[in-house]
Amino acid sequence: RTMKYATTTGRNITKVLIANRGEIACRVMRTAKKMGIQSVAVYSEADRNSMHVDMADEAYSIGPSPSQQSYLSMEKIIQVAKISAAQAIHPGYGFLSENMEFCELCKQEGIIFIGPPSSAIRDMGIKSTSKSIMAAAGVPIIEGYHGEDQSDQCLKKHAGRISYPVMIKAVRGGGGKGMRIVRSEKEFQEELESARREAKKSFNDDAMLIEKFVETPRHVEVQVFGDNHGNAVYLFERDCSVQRRHQKIIEEAPAPGIKPEVRKKLGETAVRAAKAVNYVGAGTVEFIMDSKDNFYFMEMNTRLQVEHPVTEMITGTDLVEWQLRIAAGEKIPLIQEEITLQGHAFEARIYAEDPNNNFMPGAGPLVHLSTPQADHSTRIETGVRQGDEVSVYYDPMIAKLVVWAADRQMALRKLRYSLRQYNIVGLHTNIDFLLKLSGHPEFEAGNVHTNFIPQHHKDLLPSRKAAAKEVLCQAALGLILKEKALTDAFRLQTQDQFSPFSSSSGRRLNFLYTRNMTLRDGKNNVAIAVTYNHDGSYSMQIEDKTFQVLGDLYSEGDCTYLKCSINGVASKTKLIILENTIYLFSMEGSVEIGIPVPKYLSSVSSEGTQGSTIAPMTGTIEKVFVKAGDKVKAGDSLMVMITMKMEHTIKAPKDGTIKKVFYGEGSQANRHSPLVEFEEEESDKRESE
Amino acid sequence: RLALRPSARAAVPGLHAYHGDSVASLGTKPDSSSAIYQENYEQMKALVNQLRERVQHIKLGGDEKARTRHISRGKLLPRERIDNLIDPGSPFLELSQFAGYQLYDNEEVPAGGIITGIGRVSGVECMIIANDATVKGGTYYPVTVKKHLRAQEIAMQSRLPCIYLVDSGGANLPRQADVFPDRDHFGRIFYNQANMSSKNITQIAVVMGFCTAGGAYLPAMADENIIVRKQGTIFLGGPPLVKAATGEEVSAEDLGGADLHCRKSGVTDHCALDDRHALHLTRKIVKSLNYQKKLDVTIEPPEDPLFPADELYGIVGANLKRTFDVREVIARIVDGSRFNEFKALYGDTLVTGFARIFGYPVGIIGNNGVLFSESAKKGAHFIQLCCQRNIPLLFLQNITGFMVGRDYEAEGIAKDGAKMVTAVACAQVPKITVIIGGSYGAGNYGMCGRAFGPRFLYLWPNARVSVMGGEQAANVLATVVKDQKAREGKQFSSADEAALKEPIIKRFEEEGNPYYSSARVWDDGIIDPVDTRLVLGLSISAALNAPIPKTNFGIMRM
Repeated sequence: RTMKYATTTGRNITKVLIANRGEIACRVMRTAKKMGIQSVAVYSEADRNSMHVDMADEAYSIGPSPSQQSYLSMEKIIQVAKISAAQAIHPGYGFLSENMEFCELCKQEGIIFIGPPSSAIRDMGIKSTSKSIMAAAGVPIIEGYHGEDQSDQCLKKHAGRISYPVMIKAVRGGGGKGMRIVRSEKEFQEELESARREAKKSFNDDAMLIEKFVETPRHVEVQVFGDNHGNAVYLFERDCSVQRRHQKIIEEAPAPGIKPEVRKKLGETAVRAAKAVNYVGAGTVEFIMDSKDNFYFMEMNTRLQVEHPVTEMITGTDLVEWQLRIAAGEKIPLIQEEITLQGHAFEARIYAEDPNNNFMPGAGPLVHLSTPQADHSTRIETGVRQGDEVSVYYDPMIAKLVVWAADRQMALRKLRYSLRQYNIVGLHTNIDFLLKLSGHPEFEAGNVHTNFIPQHHKDLLPSRKAAAKEVLCQAALGLILKEKALTDAFRLQTQDQFSPFSSSSGRRLNFLYTRNMTLRDGKNNVAIAVTYNHDGSYSMQIEDKTFQVLGDLYSEGDCTYLKCSINGVASKTKLIILENTIYLFSMEGSVEIGIPVPKYLSSVSSEGTQGSTIAPMTGTIEKVFVKAGDKVKAGDSLMVMITMKMEHTIKAPKDGTIKKVFYGEGSQANRHSPLVEFEEEESDKRESE
Repeated sequence: RLALRPSARAAVPGLHAYHGDSVASLGTKPDSSSAIYQENYEQMKALVNQLRERVQHIKLGGDEKARTRHISRGKLLPRERIDNLIDPGSPFLELSQFAGYQLYDNEEVPAGGIITGIGRVSGVECMIIANDATVKGGTYYPVTVKKHLRAQEIAMQSRLPCIYLVDSGGANLPRQADVFPDRDHFGRIFYNQANMSSKNITQIAVVMGFCTAGGAYLPAMADENIIVRKQGTIFLGGPPLVKAATGEEVSAEDLGGADLHCRKSGVTDHCALDDRHALHLTRKIVKSLNYQKKLDVTIEPPEDPLFPADELYGIVGANLKRTFDVREVIARIVDGSRFNEFKALYGDTLVTGFARIFGYPVGIIGNNGVLFSESAKKGAHFIQLCCQRNIPLLFLQNITGFMVGRDYEAEGIAKDGAKMVTAVACAQVPKITVIIGGSYGAGNYGMCGRAFGPRFLYLWPNARVSVMGGEQAANVLATVVKDQKAREGKQFSSADEAALKEPIIKRFEEEGNPYYSSARVWDDGIIDPVDTRLVLGLSISAALNAPIPKTNFGIMRM
């Protein structure tokens, strides 16, 4: 591969501003560093100590945490570009990456916007426009209504014409925001309103389009690149079918089960689509594909995608480097025939979310974070480190785990192996869910489609099984040894370091001390009778079984491991104890065992919230449906809350009468703060005693 | 487990670990195949097994019915209360386990109806005194009072904060004459509380059950107290008494429950939801004491002895007539089996020297036979050394007494014995006594018996304590009677003699038994020889909570 230097049309880029945060900012900086280009970071208040700030050569504060006032503030970013004398701005994905005005503004200010020309953003950004352009260019599209008339009546009429199920989508939408599937006419009105609210919030535009909803479709997308010299190439397809909340969660390249001729046809169609809008830079043409390999144009993303690394892995390219070189006026580094496909790659997105609670996004500190070792075929794309916080203000993605291997099966095996070594404590993550997903036989067989998660819901989110007694012994031992470590730490602070009183021997006079411990396995309390033997081992009795347990804690890097022998079977487990939970991570999987909180400690915090509803996370109250004195039934909607740009309906947990509503519309509620209080009823009183 | 850890010594900066400074280790490997060793081992082992079995029964507390009723009320058993009070996984040095053992004929009063001992609470060594309401409703038998007072005495001497887990019906009414009136009876508990408080020894009471009549003063006189809601009550007169006196009908909770005392009367400071909450609050109180243990002694990293402790069984055995070298016992108790002997060549029936136990310095005095003048003088000298140097004293008692006979009397053994007894009596350093064999006559005094105020006194299960051996006593009595009969010209056949001696021997055997002693709180407990090192370590640690005062010896007759 020969290096092709900037042509006369281009400009030399020596400094690039990255108008983004998190993993993508770090990703871009890595390539910039490699190419000898200085990087400039911008950051909001919440990101003051973020990894992308540390990684950059220069960093500038651009305002408060909400992205509207920071990462979406075009003026501030342009200002930083000028102050720092960056010749180019890389927008990453999300935020300003597909913002036509910003693209224009850059041009006016003489700053290179690393992305397509504003015309391409405009053409592809408005879905109705993009579809007509595509149709004209001979790219297959699906039926729908993309009209100007946004009246409820008109939209409903067209939905009827296309026939249910239909999809309501924000015209300016993306990333699943402002998008709803409607299966029957009677749901239409409610869903439409909800989609509009979300769209208004996200894009400040609530124009909607309606299209046919294809059942069990696959989501296949093609990576394309164009340059300023009229060239365009494709870098094969990715399959991103497996989604939850209409957002991708696991992606792979190439798409499984695609015949070479279909692959070629996909690629060429995508190139045709790109050329139709004179596309420059990195872009993705998304297709919906049915089971007969028919594909239809969905939309084009005029930016670098989150899942671009899987394409890099199978083509041996650095797409950020391509972006920078093309932005500098160079030609696409490779011609179509030079781009070859090798092996198979997966990307698993690790999110702060709770799969067991409808994938509710989460936020909080990454109290413990350990990752598999990165190497030439394992990439960890992240913008956070242990101790960082997943902020409520931005996307809750923690990292992307990318693996490559010679074929799909090997890559999948490697993905699972690496996921087991990705251990996070402090907030809910989808890691266990990803493990289940990537281990599902249908997934292994490549039978993926966008309805995969709902269809296999039971397998993927099984109800919790009781922990093995051996695991409970490990948890109990971990707890005892942690206590011992605390005692030892205390002992060393005192003048009286060697007193046998500061040992953790549990010694009693003339008998053995048996300690009655209780651990919480899911919803059940398990009693463990732990006898402290004189030789430092423990006999642990659970129900009618007794285990001889012996072990030690040791540290490796930042992690504490529990080395333990149970009835002679030795094991090594990563151990983390945080507040009231014991986390055990091993190759057999991860287990959480609770430490029951005594009533006297829990009652303090729960007293105030008893019989009330609490905010699942920090957010803004959008709508309030009830007032004091209202009688409600369990499941009735009480409030709508907007958090992480998503709507959450707060429902009544039980039948009852509302005593107090703590928040009005438009006010901000903190995570776990009570929203609504119910009148105390006889049944509650009895329970609390 | 025998591994010597020389690195541990070097690890402490400023410690003298020069080669030339090393102390020779003590002890020899016993011939464990010898018949005597094996017999000794079996006999001692049998005694230890008996000890464990008895404790296994005692630790249950009251009978099953009483325990079930106690638990069904949501209350924890007294030992569980202690387990939840002390730092998780930390040891508990229980005292006087056998108080009340076979003391009241057909009435069983396990552990005297009260659990006492020393444990760490929030890092502070505390004296814990817990009523066992499953034993006769937690009422105070005479032995209960005695055990309670003994615990307070230890707390006072060692300045240990006291935690009273109160759940008691008060004085045992049928035995009020042996519980109420005398100096060392029930009232002394409150006298001690007031006086300890006056000396800045914290008094904490946790009301987990009844505190009636005099018992009401226990929480009322505490520095800080806690009451468990719907469980603890405090009143001078309970509902039955109130009804009898004034006809007023009132529930126990309304008369003296947590709400009344926390909100209205101010008798109690903290209200707990249940036992666990109360114990949690107690831990918080201790944490807020701003207590700092300051040692008056140097410490070194501890090392295990070089020899397994259970060899003590085979070396000592249960036959008191068999002699053994006390150095072999020391070698199985002290750090690294290192013993710096003092005056090894003089008065060799008394072994004296310096060692460390769990890193704490100790001066050890052990018996290797009857006391002669030289041994007594050596002992007195050694005690003076320890007092001058602030080194706690450990007495390993196995003594038949002072030597008798004309030559010895002429030599002034009474005067020399008195020197040692004076030194023992006056020594202000913490003194701890373990009776590892016989303890007879003035030997008991010279080796710091109960009357000489050791901070702690423990017995091995083979121990015997009496004014003299049973046979000697029988012989003495037989001789006296024989002489008397002879003066009266009466016959005294060998059958008569045997008949006279037998009950005496039997009685001495019974009364000299360690369980007889422990049942009456003449000591602080019977321990397994294997646990001696640990028990001593815990005891010294507890004792060192008090500063070591300077000693003024009385007149020693020269």
